[in-house]
Amino acid sequence: MSKYLLRRLLIIIPVLAGISLVLFTILAMAPGDPFEELATNPNVPPEVRMNLRAQFGLDDPIAIRYVRWFTSMMKGDWGFSFVSRVNVDRLILQRLPTTILVIGSAQILGLLIAIPIGVISATRPYSLFDQIATTGAFLGFSLPTFFTGLLFILFFSIYLDWLPFIYRADISASGWRWWWEHIRQAIMPVAVLALFQAASMTRFMRSAVLDVIQLDYVRTARAKGLTERVTIVRHVVRNALIPVVTLVALQVPTIFAGALITEQIFRVPGIGSLLISSILANDTPVIMAITFVFSALVVFFNLIADILYGWLDPRISYR
Amino acid sequence: MAGSIPASRTGREAADALAGAPVFAWRPSSSLRAEAWRRFRRHRLALFGGAVLMVMVIAVLAGPFVYRVPIDEIDFKAKLKGPSWAHPLGTDDLGQDLLARMLYGGRISLAVGLSAMLIAVLAGTAVGAIAGFTGGYVDHALMRITDLFLSLPGLPLLLLIVYLFRDALKKHLGPEVGVFVMIVAVIGGLRWMPVARLVRAQFLSLREKEFVEAARGLGAAPIRQVLRHILPNSVGPVIVAGTIDVAAAIIAESSLSFLGLGFPPDIPTWGRILYDAKDNLDFAPHWALFPGTAIFLTVLSINYIGDGLRDALDPRKVL
Repeated sequence: MSKYLLRRLLIIIPVLAGISLVLFTILAMAPGDPFEELATNPNVPPEVRMNLRAQFGLDDPIAIRYVRWFTSMMKGDWGFSFVSRVNVDRLILQRLPTTILVIGSAQILGLLIAIPIGVISATRPYSLFDQIATTGAFLGFSLPTFFTGLLFILFFSIYLDWLPFIYRADISASGWRWWWEHIRQAIMPVAVLALFQAASMTRFMRSAVLDVIQLDYVRTARAKGLTERVTIVRHVVRNALIPVVTLVALQVPTIFAGALITEQIFRVPGIGSLLISSILANDTPVIMAITFVFSALVVFFNLIADILYGWLDPRISYR
Repeated sequence: MAGSIPASRTGREAADALAGAPVFAWRPSSSLRAEAWRRFRRHRLALFGGAVLMVMVIAVLAGPFVYRVPIDEIDFKAKLKGPSWAHPLGTDDLGQDLLARMLYGGRISLAVGLSAMLIAVLAGTAVGAIAGFTGGYVDHALMRITDLFLSLPGLPLLLLIVYLFRDALKKHLGPEVGVFVMIVAVIGGLRWMPVARLVRAQFLSLREKEFVEAARGLGAAPIRQVLRHILPNSVGPVIVAGTIDVAAAIIAESSLSFLGLGFPPDIPTWGRILYDAKDNLDFAPHWALFPGTAIFLTVLSINYIGDGLRDALDPRKVL
C-alpha cells in the first residue's frame, strides 16, 4: 500500500507541471502588456519602460520565464493583487476554507443520498421506487446548478421565507446561535450542489450495483445463508463502489464548476466568487493563482480517489 | 457495436428460417439503420425528447419571422410585467419583450451547443483515431495529453481564457462573432477528451478485427483502412457522446453568460437573460423562470435523446 501511495504521489509532480505549462502558455499567448499604461503615458520615457521590462524579466526567453514562474508558484510566492493590495496567497487562504467546506459537505451529502438510492434501485430494478429514482436522477442532472439555485431562492427564501439567500461571513451572534445561523445559510448552497452531484452518482451507483449483483460470488454469499442485508452491504456495495470512485473522480472538475456558480448565486465568500470579482476587476495575478488552485484541487481530489481505490480493491495496490 | 447485433439478428434469422423465409434475403447494410431506428423508437422518452427539441428548434428558427416584436424595444411603461396578451412571457426591467428575446437568444444558445459539439467530436475523433491506429509512443503521448486535459478544471479555465482573449477577439472579429467564436472554440476545446478515449478504445479493438485485416491484406492504404473500414464502425458511441456534448456545451455557455462573462447584454442568450433576471427574483420571477425552463427542457430532451441513441447504437452501455 505505501509503495502504491508513493507512486501516486510522485505522479502528481508531472501532472502539476503539465497543468502549469498549459496555464502559462495561455497567459503567454494572451495579448496585452502589463506596462501598457506606461506606454500611453507621455510622462514616462520609453527607456524607463524598457528598463522596467528588463528588470521584471519580460524580455527573457519564454522557457526561462516559465521556469521562473513555476518555481515561484511552488515556493508560495504568488504575487501581489492589483486591486486589494495584499499578497495573493493570503487572499486565497482567507477564502479557501469556505469553498472546501461547501464542496466537501455537498460531496458527503451527495454520497449519502446517492448510495442508498442507487443500491435500493438496483436491488429492485424496474420497481416503482426504481422508476421514480431513475427519473428523478435524470431530471436532476439535466437541471443546471444556476437554475436550481434560483429556484431554491424563489421557493425557500422568497415564497416560504425560511432561509437567508445571502451568505454572510460576519454573523454577530455567539455560541449556539452562531452555529445555527451558519448552518442555516449554508443549507441552500450545499443542497444545490449535493443534489446535482447525487443525481449523477445515483446513476453510476445503480448501474455498478446491477453489474455486480449478478456475479457468482454474490450467489455464493446468499447460498452460504448470509442475510440479504449482509450480502448487499458487505459484498455488493464495496465492489460496486470501485467503478463509482473512478467516475466520481472524473466528475471533480464539474463539482468545481458547480461550486463556482453556487458561490456566485448565494454570494458565498469562497475562491469561486473571488475569481469572478477578480475577472471583473482585471486582477490578473489573482485570476492565475485561483485557476492554478482549482487545478491543484482537482489533482488532490483525484489523489484521494486513488487512495480510496486502493483501499476498496487491494489487488490494485499490489500490482 | 458489431458484437451485439448478431445476438438478436441470429435469433430472428433462425425464426425466419423456421418460418420458411429465405435466409439469403437478409440485407445487413440497409437494415442496420432500420434496426437502430426500431430500438430508438422503443425508448418513448427519447422520442418525446426528440419532439420537444424539434419544437424548440422550429420555434427559434421560424419564431422571429412569425412573432415580429423587436428584441430591444424599450418601453418603461410596461416594465417587469408578468405574462399578458401583449407580452406572452412578460417583460424585463427595460420593458423589452421576453418572448422575442428568448426566441432570438435561443438561436445563439443552440448554435453554440451544436458548433461546440462539432469541434469536440472532430478534435476527439482525430486524436483518438491517431492514437488508436498508430499505437506505440504516439498513442502514449496523446493519451497523457488527454489525461492532462481531463484534470483541468473546465469552468475556471474557460473564465481565464475568456478574460485574457475577449478584447483582442472583439477587436478583430467584432463583438458578436468574436465572442461566439471564442466561446465555441474554448468549450469545444475543453470537451474533446471523452470522445478521444472512446474512439481510441474502438480503434484498438477494431484494427485487429478480421475485416480490417482483410482490407490490409488487399493492400488498402492506412488512410483508407481508417476512413472506409474502422471509422464507420466506431461511429455509434461517438454519436451518443456527441449528443450529450451538445447539452454540456449549452450548459457551459449558459453558465458563462449567467456569470455575466459570456455574451454582451445585446445578445440575449438564455443564460444572459437569467443573469439579468437574478437580482429581480422577488418581484419578477417570470423573468428568470422562462429562460431557466427553456435551458432545462432543452438539456433534458437532448439527454433523453442521447439515452435513446445509446440503447439504439451502443448496446454495450459504456458509461
